[in-house]
Amino acid sequence: MSSLDKKEPPAGEGSTAALACPVRPRVSKSRLMRELLAGPFMAWIIIFTVVPLALMFSRGFTDKAGSFTLDNVMAITNPIYFKALVLALELSVVATVVCLLLAYPLALILRGMKHGSAGAIVFIFVLPMWMNSLLRTIAWQSLLEKEGVINGLLGVLGLPGIGIINTPAAVVLGMVYNYLPFMVLPLYNALAKIDDDIIDASHDLGANFWATLRHVLIPQSVAGIVSGITMVFVPSLTTFVVSDILGGGKVALIGNLIEQQFTVSYDWNTGAGLSIVLMVFVLASMAVMNAFDKSDMASRKVA
Amino acid sequence: MKKFGSKLYLGLILLFLYAPIVTLMVLSFNSSKSRAVWGGFTLDWYAQMFDSPKIMGALYNSLTIALIASVVATIIGLLACIGIQAMRRSTRTFWLTLNNIPMLNADIVTGLSLMICFGAFGISLGYGSILVAHIAFCIPYVILSIMPRIKTASAGTYEAAQDLGASPFKAFVKVVLPELMPGIVAGFLLSFTMSLDDFVISYFVRGRGVDTLSTLIYTQVRRGIVPSMYALSTLIFVVVLVVLLVQNFAPGWIEKQAIKRKERKALKADPTNEIA
Repeated sequence: MSSLDKKEPPAGEGSTAALACPVRPRVSKSRLMRELLAGPFMAWIIIFTVVPLALMFSRGFTDKAGSFTLDNVMAITNPIYFKALVLALELSVVATVVCLLLAYPLALILRGMKHGSAGAIVFIFVLPMWMNSLLRTIAWQSLLEKEGVINGLLGVLGLPGIGIINTPAAVVLGMVYNYLPFMVLPLYNALAKIDDDIIDASHDLGANFWATLRHVLIPQSVAGIVSGITMVFVPSLTTFVVSDILGGGKVALIGNLIEQQFTVSYDWNTGAGLSIVLMVFVLASMAVMNAFDKSDMASRKVA
Repeated sequence: MKKFGSKLYLGLILLFLYAPIVTLMVLSFNSSKSRAVWGGFTLDWYAQMFDSPKIMGALYNSLTIALIASVVATIIGLLACIGIQAMRRSTRTFWLTLNNIPMLNADIVTGLSLMICFGAFGISLGYGSILVAHIAFCIPYVILSIMPRIKTASAGTYEAAQDLGASPFKAFVKVVLPELMPGIVAGFLLSFTMSLDDFVISYFVRGRGVDTLSTLIYTQVRRGIVPSMYALSTLIFVVVLVVLLVQNFAPGWIEKQAIKRKERKALKADPTNEIA
């Protein structure tokens, strides 16, 4: 625990504390006591978050004998893995765009509702998340199957059936289904915060619905859009469950190949290397989205 | 026309969200084991579910892990928030950044890195490793729920309580804790939900023979799901629905009843007194 002591500011340096309370030594001591309370948290996060990630990096950059290599990370240039990564990127971009297009009008409708009923509606959108997500995805299997529920209904209506099960389209549908609530909630929160007066003012100044949407609603909800996109894109990009269940083994995403490295071929080094590549893509996408959010805030401040 | 359009849109989205859930519920009463054929109404799967040691074992694991993990994570997270708040700004930022890692990381990376870690230290995979992993990914959500409240919780009242003679511990329990309570409850519920629904992380850190509901379902995907799983999840869904309905609508109802009772009491006790 000696590392904790170091974090305690030497007397005189903790300027805010010094200003707040003239009896500095007492405050300083009680502050140290309080900081100690974070000890279990620090221990847990070091042992079970930082160390595991460090070990994953060391696995990813070493070969089986333990010497340094870039082969595991460079495995991504292997056409099999590269194709899986590109497919994962494509499908998750499509799923994210579809989620955004579905969720934005929805969040606008929810925003326009009376407070009480909107609360109940949000409740209805969160409720499905309480049924096991694997089972809900499996249920889509029964709905989409060749002899499934949807084709049965289409047949009764005399319409041709659909055959999307075990194709990328079914995987996108599964992603949209699973992560749509993650898009709706931040969008709704951002839109609900916009003052009615601003929208009324925009209408009074002669803007129609689309102009208001473009110049008022969307700029004011960028933070919600950004967090919604991140919350849909990251799990879609990294999933192996949705593609496994709805792709029927025919749609291999990067997540599936990483999972197989660990559970089927037991090549942990390559698996760790590919995981590092995946992590880089996740972090890069977040950095892009955050930059977007910040630059927009800055431009709004200037305007 | 515009109103009708919105209602139609809402209806279609709800259909999309609830179609699989209704499907599962219907399948739980289907006497045919095939998902494509309706073989008539039955309650057999509900009966079989209670007789299956595998399903009951997985249910027990899921529930106890979720409960223990969320309680432990809530305690560690609460203490952490108090400690972090006392730190210098730079130290605080450092620890809060570390705290964000499990939330930003993909589940598959978190799960795999823990699996590698347990392997490296020779920790055998099983119930304990799942529990430890769940505590690890729950803590950040607890801190996320409590931290904003601890920032607004006034240091003034805490110091005032101490100036008035309360010990630091008593001042904390009597003054600060009540202010944090909504955040604590939210963090606990969030942890419980995340833990119960987690599949990916449990999948990588579980040992052979130890299953949670999610991992049990996944192992059945290829061999065909036992319809008792549908029965169990239908049951869980209905229980959660009732709990949430009560939680959302009961407080308002209880309050109304309490006000009515108070009014009646006040009238009885002092008929001359007018209720403002």
